[in-house]
Amino acid sequence: MSQLTSNDGQPNWVKVADKSQLFPNTGVCALVNQQQIAIFWDQHKDQLFAVSNYCPFSKANVLSRGLIGDYQGQSMLAAPTYKQRFNLETGECFDDEHVSIAVYPIKESNGEILIAA
Amino acid sequence: MKKIIVVGNGMVGHHFIDQLLASDSEFEITTFSEEAHLAYDRVHLSSYFTDNSVEALMLTNEQYYDDNGVRYLVNDRVVAIDKTLKCIHTQNGVTASYDSLVIATGSFPFVPPIPGNDNEHCHVYRTIEDLDAIRNSAKDAQIGVVVGGGLLGLEAGKALVDLGLKTHVVEFAPRLMAVQLCSEGGGLLRGKIEELGVEVHTEKNTQSITQGESCRYRMNFADGSFLETDLILFSAGIRPQDKLARDSQIEIGERGGIVINDYCQTSEPDIYAIGECALWQGKIFGLVAPGYSMAKVAAKHIDGHIDKQFLGADMSTKLKLLGVDVASIGDAHGVSDGCKTYQFLDGVNGVYKKLVVNSSGDRLLGAIMVGDASDYGQWLQLYLNDMPLSQGPEYLLLPDADEGSSSSAMGVDALPDSASICSCFDVTKGQIREAVQAGACSMADIKSCTKASTGCGGCSALTTQVLNSELEKQGVEVSTDICAHFAYSRQELFDIIRVKKIQSYDALLSEYGSGGGCEICKPAVGSILASLWNDYVLDDAHIGLQDTNDIFLGNMQKDGTYSVVPRVPGGEITPDKLIAIGQVAKQFDLYTKVTGGQRIDLFGAQLHELPIIWQQLIDAGFETGHAYGKSLRTVKSCVGSTWCRFGVQDSVGMAIDLENRYKGLRAPHKIKFGVSGCTRECAEAQSKDIGIIATENGWGLYVCGNGGMRPRHADLFATDLDDQTLVKYIDRVLMFYVRTADRLQRTSVWMENLDGGLDYLKEVVIDDKLNIAAELESDMQNVVANYQCEWKTTINDEKRLQRFKQFINTDELDSNISYVRERGQRRPATEVEKISTIELVTEA
Ligand code: SRM
Ligand SMILES: Cc1cc2nc3c(=O)[nH]c(=O)nc-3n(C[C@H](O)[C@H](O)[C@H](O)COP(=O)(O)OP(=O)(O)OC[C@H]3O[C@@H](n4cnc5c(N)ncnc54)[C@H](O)[C@@H]3O)c2cc1C
Ligand code: SF4
Ligand code: FES
Repeated sequence: MSQLTSNDGQPNWVKVADKSQLFPNTGVCALVNQQQIAIFWDQHKDQLFAVSNYCPFSKANVLSRGLIGDYQGQSMLAAPTYKQRFNLETGECFDDEHVSIAVYPIKESNGEILIAA
Repeated sequence: MKKIIVVGNGMVGHHFIDQLLASDSEFEITTFSEEAHLAYDRVHLSSYFTDNSVEALMLTNEQYYDDNGVRYLVNDRVVAIDKTLKCIHTQNGVTASYDSLVIATGSFPFVPPIPGNDNEHCHVYRTIEDLDAIRNSAKDAQIGVVVGGGLLGLEAGKALVDLGLKTHVVEFAPRLMAVQLCSEGGGLLRGKIEELGVEVHTEKNTQSITQGESCRYRMNFADGSFLETDLILFSAGIRPQDKLARDSQIEIGERGGIVINDYCQTSEPDIYAIGECALWQGKIFGLVAPGYSMAKVAAKHIDGHIDKQFLGADMSTKLKLLGVDVASIGDAHGVSDGCKTYQFLDGVNGVYKKLVVNSSGDRLLGAIMVGDASDYGQWLQLYLNDMPLSQGPEYLLLPDADEGSSSSAMGVDALPDSASICSCFDVTKGQIREAVQAGACSMADIKSCTKASTGCGGCSALTTQVLNSELEKQGVEVSTDICAHFAYSRQELFDIIRVKKIQSYDALLSEYGSGGGCEICKPAVGSILASLWNDYVLDDAHIGLQDTNDIFLGNMQKDGTYSVVPRVPGGEITPDKLIAIGQVAKQFDLYTKVTGGQRIDLFGAQLHELPIIWQQLIDAGFETGHAYGKSLRTVKSCVGSTWCRFGVQDSVGMAIDLENRYKGLRAPHKIKFGVSGCTRECAEAQSKDIGIIATENGWGLYVCGNGGMRPRHADLFATDLDDQTLVKYIDRVLMFYVRTADRLQRTSVWMENLDGGLDYLKEVVIDDKLNIAAELESDMQNVVANYQCEWKTTINDEKRLQRFKQFINTDELDSNISYVRERGQRRPATEVEKISTIELVTEA
């Protein structure tokens, strides 16, 4: 898991948004230390995911605008450009084993969305 | 290692090589081809006119031969065989020796000896080069003639029609397809073909081809009549290419063809002949499947097996000629001793069927079908397997009076394991069954492990039936489920949502689905909900269902920016509105282009710019153009009676009304209309889902046309409609499509898969056979009444607007987006440009 860590090696949680700013079952994008991070809120599972916003197939910063769901029981993100599917937990691409995207630690605390940076 | 030479690398020659490669023994194989290409699929040659790709036709390639140690030489002809020294010589002086020689030289088109047959624009139809030459000749031509009304002649006729020529077919015999059809069948086929605008001339004997007056040539017939044409295509039969064997004193049949025995050996035991050049028991087989069987037998024999013999082949055929289904099975002419015939003629629908049965009437010996060949697969099996007819033969002929009792009820289960399903690759039902037992569960699996259905494709329906029935027997349900999350088809989901009045995806999932949904079911259900209730698509309940474009109400471009397409109903636009679009484009530096749908597309808007741009456009009187939705796109119009001197109705007015009526309708796929003011059809309405062409007395309605990947001409649905009836019919057709089509199925494909086709649609829409017309209309009324401009709703909603930002936590922009200027406008930089010029082009 890619992790943005502080000098002392501890995860450095950064607030990127209030939970109320998210929309159910869709994504938004945050800029943390010049890295574009796509954030999704799966309302059914009430789970948050954070992955890189860069789509390695279309070479554009668009993954936050993809569609989420399940693939064989695992949380899945389908890229908006050409529909390749990624595992939201591990970043692996279900459609091409050679490709994966970075994933980041994310949590909710007191209505705030925090990403490790 | 045994040296094998294969003369001719056509379909059969190549198949033979494949058979040898598959055997356990090793051979040193060399093949020669007179053509410029290695083996290609001659059966589908005509697709070269539509796909324009040699690649797509190739059956093999250099790489494959290299990898398998096959030596090959193209563009060179074998001209002599030295039987004593066991070697061959080619035209270019190459010599090669063999242990076994296989002649697979195919056949050549027969050109009747008519003076003038060697003119520049006289062609035959056999090779890729022939097609290139035909296309060239067709360029400045208006009229084309095919000489010969057999199978190939009619296929060539189709090619000329597709090339845009006024096409004539000239036949010496009194009817078309004299070999396969009787006079009734031939007559019916003629009528159908003439309906398509092809002129058929039978009993015409061409005497000479001379210079024409209005066209390039004049064909003069024996009866004194003549025909002017720019291009002539000879398709008067084939002759076996036996010259090489003839010159080498190998035995040749009286009327040509290299004589072979049951092992495909010629009069020289180490020389074999296979394919269309071979003559077995006095017969030439002009189809690929028998050639493939010969290739198999010869390969086995050369490999030392004598258990496989060539024992003739079934010449039954099923074809679509100029769009007409035609099939013939076995003894189609009824010449067997004591046979009896049964016929069925439906002059209204243009269907003719004839059965030939044995004297006791319990076995099928042959058949002919014109206009409807849907029973071909079943009947062929009855014939090939000599199966007893369970009821009298007449039951086979009668159309499904009460469903289930007639011929079609004979399922594939009744077939024995030995039944040949795919004749191209000699695959039996038993082999398909074994493949399923070994784990194959889709057509793709079956194709890759048995090769069934990868040849002419004629067996694909039957193969699918066998596959499905075997799967069902194993307890595997053959799934029409939309995806893993819903055990329903799209149509079933639609009915559930409509009848149960379900308002959200979550409600549907919790009651009828499982898991968390996916990129297939979410947009599909989102579309169904929108078709039925027409809620705002970015509502919290629906937003997660929207695909790439809908979720930001714009079409995503390759760099992640969006396009902006305001609606311009009917393509009519005032100068003020044009100026307003121009001002917006200028202010945001948007690349501007007139679209193929008579409106204006502005490209390169970033997320945060979209609401500001739309605010300005809405203030100037525009609405969203739904360019992003699976929904109504444009209603293209021609200028019509308002200005045009030929126009007979106000096509622009009608187009605007229709676009405004259906503009909010979401559907399984996008929908396009066209309205033309007269038969000149400047709006190209016949290539649209809904096409309307003005007549003196009202409107002609055309349905289910398509441009795009696989163009389809729309079908004429009704004529001389008044305004109200026109709208009523369109309401019903569209709502019926919305209800019953599959996801992402355009109306054209929907129509092609609709049981009963156009006639059925007419019954539902015009005669209200299902008694749902009123419901369809009121559903449409509901959609019309609930229309909203989604962009207007969005810019008035503070919360939604927050989503139109690149980042949720800062106002910075995507640094990866950069532009280059070209022809006075900006466009996305390519990856290379991004690296080399990033400093120069990033714009403020
Ligand atoms: C802009 C335009 C090309 C142009 O510069 O003229 C265009 C652009 C696109 N077309 Fe088109 N099509 C455009 C007219 C057409 C036409 C001509 C027409 O409508 O008269 C056709 C053939 C007619 C037809 O559809 O039957 C056409 C057949 C397609 C197809 C193939 C559809 C098919 O059934 O075969 C696709 C792919 C699809 O929909 O799956 C497609 C898809 C697309 C997409 C949406 C591809 C995509 O997903 O990004 C393009 C994005 C548009 C954008 O970003 O705004 N476009 N496209 C035209 C917009 C018309 C408009 O005003 O809305
Ligand atoms: C337009 C069209 C549509 C058809 N549709 C169908 C169909 O639907 N169903 C069906 O079953 N069949 C169909 N056929 C027939 C089918 O294509 C033939 O049966 C098949 O190609 C025969 O294969 P072959 O290898 O015997 O001959 P070919 O494929 O003709 O191959 C023979 C090759 O040998 C080469 N050759 C000849 N002499 C020499 C020499 N001396 N030295 C070197 N090379 C030589 C030729 O140039 C040619 O390339 C169609 C044919 C055409 C033209
Ligand atoms: S179809 Fe052509 S001729 Fe007819 S009204 Fe339109 S522009 Fe005029
Ligand atoms: S019969 Fe030709 S592919 Fe099967």
